[in-house]
Amino acid sequence: MGKIYTKMGDGSVTELSESELKRDLEEATRDAAERGKIPPLSEDELSHLFDIYSSAARFVGVDCGNEVVLTYDNGGCKSRGHIMEVPLHKVQEAQIYEKFLGADSADIGHIDYSFKPVKAVVDFEQRSLEYALLVMTIPVFYGSQPNLGSYTQPDGPCPNPMELLPQGRISEARAAQEEMMEYATRDMVYVGSKMYESGVDGINFDTTAAAGDADFLATLRAVEILKRKHPQIGIMVGMAGEFVLGMHGELTYNGVRLAGLYPHKQVELVEKAGATIFGPTINTNTGKSCAWNVARAITFVKACIENSNIPIHPNMGMGMGGVPMTALPPVDVVSRASKAMVEIGRIDGL
Amino acid sequence: MAHVSASGMGGMRTAGDLVARMQISRGMKIKEAKEYVANKLRVSILDLSDPVVMGELRKDLNIGTVATLIGGARGIEAKFRIAELLGIEINCVNMFKDRIK
Repeated sequence: MGKIYTKMGDGSVTELSESELKRDLEEATRDAAERGKIPPLSEDELSHLFDIYSSAARFVGVDCGNEVVLTYDNGGCKSRGHIMEVPLHKVQEAQIYEKFLGADSADIGHIDYSFKPVKAVVDFEQRSLEYALLVMTIPVFYGSQPNLGSYTQPDGPCPNPMELLPQGRISEARAAQEEMMEYATRDMVYVGSKMYESGVDGINFDTTAAAGDADFLATLRAVEILKRKHPQIGIMVGMAGEFVLGMHGELTYNGVRLAGLYPHKQVELVEKAGATIFGPTINTNTGKSCAWNVARAITFVKACIENSNIPIHPNMGMGMGGVPMTALPPVDVVSRASKAMVEIGRIDGL
Repeated sequence: MAHVSASGMGGMRTAGDLVARMQISRGMKIKEAKEYVANKLRVSILDLSDPVVMGELRKDLNIGTVATLIGGARGIEAKFRIAELLGIEINCVNMFKDRIK
């Protein structure tokens, strides 16, 4: 076999020999196993990955019958004038996903895609959602990010922990995060309840824990409250990164310290809080090959699957789950990541 | 689009939306969700992702199709039938019923 044509984690072209590909796969699964204290991929699984990445095909796919459910996080805002310059309303975009793009579910959201700004315009958002629910058949999520950072001064009410921490004002930084959590949980419950009262199928908590352990705890509390208020509500929690940053460091949920948790431990808490779908995120390393990144991502996701009772939909957009960190991810590596994650990770969707 | 082609169920082209509903509302894993839907529709697991089989079946069951049929169910009407067919509660369907009582 000659050189294997593939891509790096930044999307640039690279060529690997067979031994280099094997070495990448072995190194990556070992790295994930050591960091997460989880089992590495087996010889058979690495061999399957090798076959997928050494294929010369431009595009690969799962075997018939192994297809999975797709969920989204764009809020129907990708087409907006200032991004793609296709001036569509968010409901029209969701309908395009439904009728043209074979989407199994859709996601409606505010252009800012955070719960805090939605609160002020929630009735407009409800109108869009109610219209979407009348004209669409596939399940519709209302998506937003917890975005704890939006609660800091000068835009928000709380002192900024990122300014306090470098000054050594640790206890004040922690107090600020605890105050931010209270606001965030209240907003998430308020918006989530409004959307449920408008008929939504589910709430998508997207990019959870982007601001660290306080962001994660605020979300878990919101999930718990929403599930208690509306037992029938569908809740998807998608993460921002592969482990929870300890920006506070002392926060716990159900007796478990949140800082430093990897996906297989995150899912236990998300499930306990009442979510019906969990979306782990494994960051793509741009300096490594896509094969390296996928082997590493699958190692984490497989442990997550084995430790959960709810469906697992790993995030596999740009820069996550072995998909390159580039605005236009090449289909050869996206399709390989997709097939590998389904066939080896045994995921329920993505 | 690459994910849809490589590993997606196909949404309304097939039974993707129905399987998705079982995951969202009941938290079912993919195997259980597919078996549940296949059992309700009386088709095989393979049929669930086949646009020809499911296209015809969706037409017969009047549960919403990609190419809208004259007089066929659209949006909320299709979801009334999906809720009944799958034996699940659909939030917006229940609200619609409440409003026209």
